[in-house]
Amino acid sequence: MSNPALAAPAGLASPATVGMRVRAAGRVLVSRRARLALFTVGLALLFWEGGKLLFGVPWRADGALIWNPPFRIPFFNDINLPHIWAVLGGFFQPWQRGKELLLWEYLAGAALFTWREAGLGFLFGSAIGLVLATVFVHSRLLERAFVPYVIASQTIPIIALAPLIISAFGQSMGSVVLIATYLVFFPVTIAMIRGLRSFDPRALELMRSYASPRRAIYWKLRLPASLPYFFTSLKIAATASIVGAIIGEAPGGIQNGLGRVIVTFSNYYATGPEKLWCAVIASALLGLVFYGLIALVEARTLRGRGPAG
Amino acid sequence: MTDNAPVVRLDGITMTFSRGGQALTTALEKIDLEIRRGEFVSLIGPSGCGKSTLLRIIGDLIAPTAGEVTVNGKPATRARLDRDYGMVFQAPVLFDWRTVQGNVELPLEILRFDRAKRTARAREMLELVELGDFVRHHPYQLSGGMQQRVAIARALAFEPSILLMDEPFGALDEMTRERMNLEVLRIWEQTGTTVVFVTHSIPEAVFLSSRVVVMSPRPGRITNIIDIDLQRPRNDATRETERYFELVTAVREALHHPGSTGSSGSTSSTSSSGSAAGPRPPSTGRLAVEGAVG
Ligand SMILES: Nc1ncnc2c1ncn2[C@@H]1O[C@H](COP(=O)(O)OP(=O)(O)OP(=O)(O)O)[C@@H](O)[C@H]1O
Ligand SMILES: [Mg+2]
Repeated sequence: MSNPALAAPAGLASPATVGMRVRAAGRVLVSRRARLALFTVGLALLFWEGGKLLFGVPWRADGALIWNPPFRIPFFNDINLPHIWAVLGGFFQPWQRGKELLLWEYLAGAALFTWREAGLGFLFGSAIGLVLATVFVHSRLLERAFVPYVIASQTIPIIALAPLIISAFGQSMGSVVLIATYLVFFPVTIAMIRGLRSFDPRALELMRSYASPRRAIYWKLRLPASLPYFFTSLKIAATASIVGAIIGEAPGGIQNGLGRVIVTFSNYYATGPEKLWCAVIASALLGLVFYGLIALVEARTLRGRGPAG
Repeated sequence: MTDNAPVVRLDGITMTFSRGGQALTTALEKIDLEIRRGEFVSLIGPSGCGKSTLLRIIGDLIAPTAGEVTVNGKPATRARLDRDYGMVFQAPVLFDWRTVQGNVELPLEILRFDRAKRTARAREMLELVELGDFVRHHPYQLSGGMQQRVAIARALAFEPSILLMDEPFGALDEMTRERMNLEVLRIWEQTGTTVVFVTHSIPEAVFLSSRVVVMSPRPGRITNIIDIDLQRPRNDATRETERYFELVTAVREALHHPGSTGSSGSTSSTSSSGSAAGPRPPSTGRLAVEGAVG
C-alpha cells in the first residue's frame, strides 16, 4: 500500500481546496464509470441483436414477418439467443403458466433467499479468513505448515466438493452456507496474509518506541493498514459467496433459491428460453448488488485516507 | 538522580551489521558519550557514518554488538519499556486512517490515558506546534512541514524525558526548516526535554544545539564535540552574529578534518571566519538536494 501521508508534497495547499478537488474528482469518476458501463452494455446488445439481424431466424411480431435476415447461422436462432425484448418481457410474464406471480417477483424472492445463504457464508468465510491470516502472520511456523493446505483446498472442484459436503451434513441450508463459506475464506485468507504485513516498517518502529504490546500493534497498526486489502478480498468474496450458494442449492435440495430456479428453467429451456436468461440476469444483478454494497462500505471506511486510499 | 547525572550514557558502543554470520559493516566503533539533562545534542557527519544507527541504539530499536547504553540510570530496554523516549523520524510516519488529533492520541492510547485526558493532551500539543485549527484534518490534507509538526506533537504528547529526532526536517525547504528550527527551540525551552538530534545541516546543528557531536565514517566514530555557547534564547538575529559564523566554521572544519583538534568549547580557529562575509554562511553540498525537494 502506498501511504499518501508520506507521499504528500511539501507544498502548501490549503486543506479546504484539496478536499474540494478530491470530491469533485470523485464525482467525475463516478459519472464517467456510469457512462462507460452503459457504453459496454450497449455494445454487447448491439452485437447480440446485430448478429440476429444478419444471421438469425425471421423476426415476427404477432405472427407477421417483419424482417428476414439475409444469412443463416444456427447459433443465432431464438432458442440460443432470444431477442432482448423477449428476455426483458419475460420478467413481466407469470413465472409459470397459470400463476399470478410475475417472473421478476418470483426471481426477486429467490434472489433474496439465495442472498441469505450467501451472506451467511460470506460472514463465516471472511471471519475464518481473517482469523487464519492473523494466525499466519504471527507464526511463520503455522504459516509454512498450513498455507499449502489452504491453497490445496481450492484445487478441489466445487462440483466434486458440494456432493461430499451434502452427503456429510445432509440436504439443508447449512450445507449450502458451508459451500459458500468454503469459497469465501480463501481469497480473504490470502489477501489478509499480505494485508496484515503491508504496514510501513517505520510505523512498527514507532510503535516499538512506545513499547506497544502486540495486541495494540495488531489493532492500531496492522489491521487498519490492511483494510484496503481486506475490502478488495471482500469484494471477491461477495461474488464467490453467491456462486457458492447457487451451486450448492441444487444438490442441497433447497427449493427456494436461484440455484433451484436455474436448474428448473434450464430443464424447460426449449419451451421458455427467456426465463433462464432472466434467472441468469437476476443472479448477475444479485452479485453486482452485493459487490456494490461492499464497495460502498469500503469507500466510506477508507474515505479519510486521501485520494490514493 | 542529581541534575548533573547523565540522561544518556554510551559506553564503548560498537555496532557491526552482519549477514549469515559474516560481518559486513562496522557502522559504529567504540562510541562513548554522555548527555546531560536538558541538553540539546546534535549528531552530524557524512552520510553512512552511523548517526541513525546510533540514535536507534539509544532508543533501543536495535541492540549494539558491544557496549552499554544507560538511559536515566537504567538499561535502554528498560527505558523504552518505561516510555522514556519520544521518536521523530525523517518522514512523519503518520497513520493515514487517523485524523491529526487521532495521530497525536496514538501513544496516549497505548499508554492507556483515559479519553478525556487524551483529548486534552493532544489538543494542547497541537496548539504547541500551532496546528490547533487542523485537529480534524487527515494527514494527506497537510503540507510536509505541517505533517512533521504533527509528528513532533505526537512525540511530545506523553512527556517523554528524551526526544530522539532523526533528520526531522531533512525533507523540508530551507525557509520552512528555519521556521521549524525556531519552533523546536521554543518547544524545547518550554518542555525542558533532553533532545538528541541527527542532522546533515551545519547551520541547523549550530543554531539548535548546546553541543554538536561530529562523526566520521568507516567505522563510525566521534571525532569532535563542539560546545555551542551562543546565547539563549536564540532567534533569527542569532544567525547573524559573529560567534554563530565562527561556530559554523568550526563545525565545518571538524567535519572536513576529523581529529585535527580535540573536543573543547573553543573553536579550532577564528581566522578563517572572515571568509563568510555574506549574511548566510556558505552552504554544504546537502542543501542542493533539499532545494530540489522543496
Ligand atoms: N540494517 C542494516 N543492515 C546492514 N547495514 C546497515 C543497516 N543499517 C545501517 N547499516 C550500515 O551502517 C552504516 C551507517 O548507517 P546509518 O543509517 O546509521 O548512517 P547515517 O549516518 O544515518 O547516514 P545518513 O546520513 O545517510 O542517514 C551504513 O554503512 C549502512 O550501510
Ligand atoms: Mg540516517
